[in-house]
Amino acid sequence: MTSPLRIMIVDDEAPARNRLKELLADCADSFPHQVVAEAANGREALELMSNNPADLLLLDIRMPEMDGIEVARHLLSLPQMPAVIFTTAYDLYAIQAFEVNAVDYLLKPVRGERLLGALQKARQNRPPGPAQLQKLSQRPRTYLSVQERGKIVLIPVCDIIYLKAELKYVTIRTHEREYLLEESLTNLEQEFKANFIRIHRNCLVAKDRITGFEKVAEDDGEAHWEVVLKGTEEKLPISRRQQYVVKEFAK
Amino acid sequence: MPSINQIAYPGALPNFRNLGILLRILLLVNGVCLVAAAVKSTSIQQTFQEFTDIAALAEPILILSLLMLMLANPWLGKLPFYRGAFIVVLLELALTFLVYRLGGGLFGSGMVSLERLLLFSLLITAALIIYLNMRSRLLSPALSEARLQALQARIRPHFLFNSINAVLSLIRSDTKRAEMALEDLSDLFRVLMADNRQLSSLQQEVDLCRRYLNLEQLRLGERLQVAWHIDNMPRDAQIPPLVLQPLLENAVYHGIEPRTEPGIIDINIFLRNDQVHIVLRNPYQREGAHHAGNKMAVENIRERLSLHFDVEASLTATLRSDSYQVQITIPYLRPGK
Repeated sequence: MTSPLRIMIVDDEAPARNRLKELLADCADSFPHQVVAEAANGREALELMSNNPADLLLLDIRMPEMDGIEVARHLLSLPQMPAVIFTTAYDLYAIQAFEVNAVDYLLKPVRGERLLGALQKARQNRPPGPAQLQKLSQRPRTYLSVQERGKIVLIPVCDIIYLKAELKYVTIRTHEREYLLEESLTNLEQEFKANFIRIHRNCLVAKDRITGFEKVAEDDGEAHWEVVLKGTEEKLPISRRQQYVVKEFAK
Repeated sequence: MPSINQIAYPGALPNFRNLGILLRILLLVNGVCLVAAAVKSTSIQQTFQEFTDIAALAEPILILSLLMLMLANPWLGKLPFYRGAFIVVLLELALTFLVYRLGGGLFGSGMVSLERLLLFSLLITAALIIYLNMRSRLLSPALSEARLQALQARIRPHFLFNSINAVLSLIRSDTKRAEMALEDLSDLFRVLMADNRQLSSLQQEVDLCRRYLNLEQLRLGERLQVAWHIDNMPRDAQIPPLVLQPLLENAVYHGIEPRTEPGIIDINIFLRNDQVHIVLRNPYQREGAHHAGNKMAVENIRERLSLHFDVEASLTATLRSDSYQVQITIPYLRPGK
């Protein structure tokens, strides 16, 4: 027999959390479990995960600051992704996306027997993968996450100066330091195209960090452009193919 | 109770105290004068000259006519259409005659004969009555009521399900509050499902908003703070129902729910210059805001206000860097008028 399932409840509304706790208590006999933590928003949930790891999260979709789907996407960077069950009161867009992608969700108000059914299934089902979760997202993430010593570190997207692909990883550069991320630059470009621009085959920079451009002469006499960024001394080369960026910004 | 039925009842004379009607009469009569001036003249310069001459005679008649019609409005409103129209034409002819006779010297009465002036007056009055009658038929109750019903505020299903969920969470621990919440919910839905074409009072609308906000408070706790400034509110002012509540729902949905820290919704209602001013303000963050839906509610209310009050009501929405404000101005209608 396995140990009782550890559950975390994540919802920004206190009454909704209470309701889920009551329902969980109701089915404690037929489904042994333990509520290890409650969180009022996505960031809090991810912080709690490092000290009170849970095997399953009941995740509200609509929450301030970071929605439930983004929370699940950050959980992916853990060595072992916990099971997630999304909850929502009413969100036509989300419900359609969940049906299409065969991800389990519960409608609030949640019925006791539906909750029990979802809990029993959650143990066997594999948690949703990155591609599935990306399809569920209605907007780009507000954070990128990396795993360091078993903890999820969140990097606000607005703090990022540039993203640079290097061999297997993407380097995230902020004012303070660098992080290594295991994602493809192409996907990141797609997701953040509103705020980042590609200046080179291997590099995306934050548009609002660009302060200017410099022309640098090369040994063979040809010159190329470099971009000057706020928050770092580094200057990044712009490839020939992306030179139109200079013109676009000069406007 | 005043309702849309009275404003656009086919086969009744227009309401001559309505600003929109007065404005239309003013513009149309001046338009006809300008056309007449253009027909009589050969150059732009001359058109100007002709228009001034015509206006010198036409404007006093026009202004006096409007005053007379405004005064006679309550009495005219009770008459059947044809008799009313006949009396309006007679009144206009009498007025034209009097102005011509008494003020004739001022305008140089030689320029137009009394017979021609009376004929003009008759034609323009008849044309205006026919135009305004046709316009009111166009906006006939069937049509505008259908529009009104389609426009009737609909509560977000999201709110309903979250509220029921909140009540469910209280049933075991706090029965009293659960009972109160269900009472609030049923009051709210009674109004939502009622026939809302009749005007209700500002006090009733404010009570309804309080019930709505109680329910939101239940789920959002201290994240939702409300500041009411309604000491100078005319409680009996007539207002279309469900004008305030959807705006508050917007404020909660777009202003409070996307925040983790508490936010204040400011409600300011006061009377100034015989107009009721309603100002709602809520915090707003561009980032993390919910998509769409906001504009529709505001447009919807703007249209309902114009169906009820025509040009006498206004709604302006202002988006600042960290707040959102909606300001509504409606005429102060007392009940039973």
